Amino acid sequence: MTARDLIPIGVLTVLAALLPLVVTSSPVLNFLVFMLIVALGAQGWNILGGFGGQFSFGHAAFFGTGAYVTAILQLRYGVNAWAGLVLAVAAGAAVGWVIGFLSFRSGLRGSYFALVTLAFAEVFRILANAASFTGGAAGLLIKLDVRAANLQFDDRAVFYWLVLAFVAAVLLLTRWIQRSRFGAQLVAVRENEDAAKALGVNSLTVKLRAIALSGGVTALSGCLYAQYFLYIDANIAYGSWISVELLLAPIIGGVGTVFGPVVGALTLHGLGEVAKQFAGRIPGIDLIVFGGVLVLAVAFARGGILGLLERLSDRGRGMVTRGPKEVSHAGR
Amino acid sequence: MLAVDGVSKRFGGLMAVDSATLSLQPGGIVGLIGPNGAGKTTLFSMISGFVAPTDGRIRFDGTDITAEEPHRRAERGIGRTFQIVQPFAGLTVCENIAVGAYLRHAKRADATAKARDVARRVGLGAELDRPAGGLTVAGRKRLELARALATEPKLLLLDEVLAGLNPSEIRDIIPVIRGIRDEGVTILMIEHVMQAVMNLCERVYVLAQGRMIAEGPPAVVCADARVIEAYLGHGAAARLKAEGAAHG
Repeated sequence: MTARDLIPIGVLTVLAALLPLVVTSSPVLNFLVFMLIVALGAQGWNILGGFGGQFSFGHAAFFGTGAYVTAILQLRYGVNAWAGLVLAVAAGAAVGWVIGFLSFRSGLRGSYFALVTLAFAEVFRILANAASFTGGAAGLLIKLDVRAANLQFDDRAVFYWLVLAFVAAVLLLTRWIQRSRFGAQLVAVRENEDAAKALGVNSLTVKLRAIALSGGVTALSGCLYAQYFLYIDANIAYGSWISVELLLAPIIGGVGTVFGPVVGALTLHGLGEVAKQFAGRIPGIDLIVFGGVLVLAVAFARGGILGLLERLSDRGRGMVTRGPKEVSHAGR
Repeated sequence: MLAVDGVSKRFGGLMAVDSATLSLQPGGIVGLIGPNGAGKTTLFSMISGFVAPTDGRIRFDGTDITAEEPHRRAERGIGRTFQIVQPFAGLTVCENIAVGAYLRHAKRADATAKARDVARRVGLGAELDRPAGGLTVAGRKRLELARALATEPKLLLLDEVLAGLNPSEIRDIIPVIRGIRDEGVTILMIEHVMQAVMNLCERVYVLAQGRMIAEGPPAVVCADARVIEAYLGHGAAARLKAEGAAHG
């Protein structure tokens, strides 16, 4: 990675880190933390779905695993929350690897893979809802004990910085993927798996690495969610709402790009909040906005917001719009 | 270096390849010709590992690779192109070739340098930063060739790299293929453009209805009665001979 790769990430992270010094209202900080947690999970989705082209409809399986592992380790085994975080990431990666092994080895692709991931997430949701080990339908309440050692902070800004640091770390990770052999092979598998194999790419290994990384990152966001709200149940942790959020954000922001998931999460939740301010009496107005934004993105910005900006800036520089770009996005 | 021994492939009731045998010595260009539907591409797919043979063995450099995955064979040094070009359409030409180069170069800088080098050799030097989806047919054929070359193969399987090109494009690419051979890469090529086969190949195999019916220098093989009949139908060889005698 060169300085040119790192500077945008550094600058944006520092700017975002300065935000709590200006904005101190708790609803706004709450919003920012939640938005960043979604962005982090979406970054996880983007590694597999964006770079690897394997669209998962069930990333709740990883999000929920992260959340439950953290909560259960603390409640039932008295494990420290930070250690719980590490183990949650490991568990997410392991679940990813297993789901990947079962589906990729049998050659599942496209909508079949999407359906299998959805099925896994639903099975986990139903099991977590039924088993007493996971608190059943009543869910799990993490004991309020505000200490940094417990991954609980009385200042929302500190939690904001923590999540931001993880988002920045995954931005770096994603940039590294983009510049590495692993990333080139992953993108090659997305574009044309047979051609990639002929060039010596072990597509199974590449996809398994991607889904394990993806699962780990998304589990991290689930873990942070549990630590921030201190309560989870099956419908929150393994609910399809989070699967949808995690795939909408990258698609809106720019699938297979480094900043896409973050831009998408910010746009979606920003617009959702604005809509709630203006029409708060209509329940679910933010979801209607999500749907509207998705339709607009699919119709007018196939590469998401970042793809649109890139095209506009190309046009601004007087370049002819590149036809082939359109072809490539349509193919994804 | 390559020994295909009695290899067959059955698709349901269809015997696509029927105990075909073929062997290649290092160096040189060998052609694989035959009428449409003869099983040439299926045989290629079995050599490169995309299709598992129903019967028979394939050895490469003395090792039995019959059951190996395609990517393992690429690591061993078998490169292939696809008859229906398979570019990574969303990537640039340079990125496309770099995927191949990454096989032997782990570092991005090395792989990119290798990709640029190969691109220049096949005449894509000016198109490095263009999206691969925007190349012409001839450009895509060159890209197929470049990607396979970037894996630094010992054996290169070319599946109709000349098909769909106009005569001047064919004239341009023939020296490129010859150049690859001169660097010590063994080439096995499926080709319908007979002028190119005559021009390039030292030896050809003829596959018809899944069976290997002839083998030898191109000029000899083309005069072979079985080969003429395979292409033109039963009795064609005798008719041609009679006509030749009448005109002579």
